[in-house]
Amino acid sequence: MSEPAVPSALEPASATETVAAPTSAIADWIRDLCGDQEWLAWVVITLIGLGALAALASVSAMVLVWMERKVSAHMQLRLGPMRTGWHGALQPMADGLKLLFKEGLLPRTTDLFSYLLAPFIPMATALLALAVIPFSETWQLADPELGIIYVAALSGMSVFAILIGSWGSNNKYSLLGGMRAAAQALSYEISLLLVLMTAVLMSGETAMQAIVQSQEGYFWNWWLIRAPGVGFIAFIAFIISATAELNRAPFDFAESESELTGGFHTEYAGMAFAMFFLAEYVHLLVAACLGAVLFLGGYLPPVPALAFIPGPVWLLVKAFGLVFLFMWFRWTFPRLRIDQLLNLEWKFLMPVALLNLLAAGALRGWGWL
Amino acid sequence: MEREQHIEVRPPSAGGNTEEYWLNMGPQHPATHGVLHLIVRLDGETVREVKPELGYIHRSVEKMAENLTLLQNIHLTDRLDYLSCHMNNHAVCMVAEQACDIGVPERAEYIRVIVSELQRIQSHLLWWGAFAMDIGALSAFLYGFAEREKITDIFERLCGARLTMNYFRPGGVAQDLYDGFEQDARQACSDILYALDEYQRLVTGNLIFQERTRGVGILSRDKAIGYGCSGGTARASGLDYDVRRDDPYGIYDRFSFDVPVATAGDCYARYEVRMEEMRQSVQIIEQALKDLPVGPIQAKAKPVLKIPKGLQVFRQVETARGSFAMTAIGDGTATPLRVSYRSPGFMHVAALHEMSAGFKIADLITILGSLDPVIPDIDR
Amino acid sequence: MSNPRDILGPQRFSQSHAAPKLIPPNASVTKRYFIRVVTGVTSLLTGMRVTIGKFFDPRTTVTQQYPENRDELKMAERFRGRVVMPHDADGEHNCTGCTLCEKACPNGSISVLNTKHASGRKILGKYIYRLDSCTLCNLCIEACPFGAIEMGTEFELATTRKEGLVEILNKKAGRL
Repeated sequence: MSEPAVPSALEPASATETVAAPTSAIADWIRDLCGDQEWLAWVVITLIGLGALAALASVSAMVLVWMERKVSAHMQLRLGPMRTGWHGALQPMADGLKLLFKEGLLPRTTDLFSYLLAPFIPMATALLALAVIPFSETWQLADPELGIIYVAALSGMSVFAILIGSWGSNNKYSLLGGMRAAAQALSYEISLLLVLMTAVLMSGETAMQAIVQSQEGYFWNWWLIRAPGVGFIAFIAFIISATAELNRAPFDFAESESELTGGFHTEYAGMAFAMFFLAEYVHLLVAACLGAVLFLGGYLPPVPALAFIPGPVWLLVKAFGLVFLFMWFRWTFPRLRIDQLLNLEWKFLMPVALLNLLAAGALRGWGWL
Repeated sequence: MEREQHIEVRPPSAGGNTEEYWLNMGPQHPATHGVLHLIVRLDGETVREVKPELGYIHRSVEKMAENLTLLQNIHLTDRLDYLSCHMNNHAVCMVAEQACDIGVPERAEYIRVIVSELQRIQSHLLWWGAFAMDIGALSAFLYGFAEREKITDIFERLCGARLTMNYFRPGGVAQDLYDGFEQDARQACSDILYALDEYQRLVTGNLIFQERTRGVGILSRDKAIGYGCSGGTARASGLDYDVRRDDPYGIYDRFSFDVPVATAGDCYARYEVRMEEMRQSVQIIEQALKDLPVGPIQAKAKPVLKIPKGLQVFRQVETARGSFAMTAIGDGTATPLRVSYRSPGFMHVAALHEMSAGFKIADLITILGSLDPVIPDIDR
Repeated sequence: MSNPRDILGPQRFSQSHAAPKLIPPNASVTKRYFIRVVTGVTSLLTGMRVTIGKFFDPRTTVTQQYPENRDELKMAERFRGRVVMPHDADGEHNCTGCTLCEKACPNGSISVLNTKHASGRKILGKYIYRLDSCTLCNLCIEACPFGAIEMGTEFELATTRKEGLVEILNKKAGRL
């Protein structure tokens, strides 16, 4: 995996403070080992964290690929993969192995630099976003002060991959897909940001850890329920704009298989395609975790009595619930048309999100939150 | 230019900064239902011109037909519109029956109607799934196929094949119904009615589906007549014509059924007309099963059927896609001098430009799907 | 009664199956907008209920685990697999070499090569059947007046060897 850029991306939010957040036993032990040389401890801890993150990303991508195949199969009266392992549990491995051994096609007319660059971007942004997701009070690689803005910035970056890849492919179908993705991402970024701001207004925090902590207690303290109406509308708007940001059906315009034969990844094969494919699922996990953190209490249990189950389990349960929702959408709905998608954003979703933000501000201002 | 009034969002004028380009859609493309090649002139996402390019699976069926006897021709028509092969067979059989003056027993006529209508449902189910998939609802495709499978199983038990049945014969049908056919057919009919309600909930009522199909791909009644459209496509444009009712063949005049007609001429109208056709087919099957007589299934016919010299026979049937017609000219030998088929899909693809110019590229796929194209039918 | 549809005109068939339309024809733009939002969201949820129903109902699964269920997989009695020539216990068949099937075949998949019996009459020598060009149309079986050939119910006809597609069906020369 290629994430040497991670530390520099985190640096603006004061490096030492950032890494100090995961005060787990291992980190302390490493600090003890390194003694005076704090820079060495910093490097080692960051590398271990990044390794864990990459492992989490690839494992969860595989689980999600398997889940997608099984969910779609059972919704479509099928069984899905059944032969590789228990109910096809090893199917993602087999898929990955197949893609690994496939020839990396290099069409002659491509713009080589951008064609080869594009597959690495989505995985990098997905991993970067995963770094700030709090899995428990201590299990968080970095907790920058403006964590939520940081996630929004990264989600905006993933469209570059599609745009660069589609341009580099030098294929009309790819280009159409890329242009669609750009229009879509530019529009839905706005409502996504408005929703994130609503969450910020409700909780009064911008750091991820603090947002989770603001939902302490029983499940009616989650922002989905606690802010009357506002939280629910914000959650719905978040789900819609996240689906659009993720390029998933019913908003999968960049791909739109039945129209553009594959859209931006028409010309990609082998591992380059696998990078796009896996990154899509890591992005899915990030979006689901974000939804869980903002509206469903993150790693907090629904009732404090259940606190004996560790935080990461709670977060993953909630996140996978949201992932199931995304999959449910994908295998039920027809695809919109690109102009209808933009209509939906500008004429419905953005006004709703904006009014919702105002309502959240009003609630906050009157002290009802 | 008047059709551009139907566009909801007008594209920026093509005169200034945009450049039009050509896009080859097909012959390998997931939405062209086979090897249809569409050469599309696009302005951004907006379709300006569509040129269908045919010939990728041309098999010279009409020329082959000149070297085969009428009996052998039946199995060839299975391979034209493979989703309405019983109806195609019916056309050939009627030509042979008219040319050689063969009567058809009552029971055979009823069997022909029942299997034709079952196949109309089967074909429409596949179309429904494929159309929904073209719009992006992937699960619907599998639902349509699962339901279609029940009828395919009946056909397999009845005539031994699942796709190329070759079941009709001049003067009757090849084999009698198997034991339990009537029960199977009734069960299939009730399953279809249940499934149609489910489809209504899953796709028809869906807001996104309605947005995608309403007002898209409008074909006016005059243009539908001008292009020679028939079947559901023409009826959705307000052309109230159904061969089964207006040029009755077989025993279709004995059954009471409605011919669904819509006037909008858009994709949604075509969708609704076809969905209603399935219900009407169920009605016909139920009536036919009730009256099904006992008796012979094949009339005695001469072993070699010869069309008399100089005689020209024309018969048409209503297939799942529209009116399919066969013309044969005889020269007194066992093989016809000239055979010509009129396939409905060919006309519909010709009208594709008329319907889709000015709409988006995604609409082109929707429109193509709503026409229910079967490529071997278009390209013989 | 006014027509509730915006675009479609009058229709000749019942609209019971058509999507429920609650929009009154004279509603204001705002009212239309809100009714559309409500009915639209309801329609989406209805669709989601259908797919989740299928998801949790294992009876709806239609997949068959094919190679495993080979034993209980029986084709229909009339299934048209390939042309076979049944032989009785003595290894005899009913073919007389009359070539009616050869004439009935639309694509020349059958060649009947006759030889001379010692008595001087023609009998069947070789019955050559080409599966590669056969369309399984059943016309040869219908043409045969002796019931000498029939359609087998075998369905796994795929092969990697071209040679296996042409075969001689009779094991013995014909009887008199």
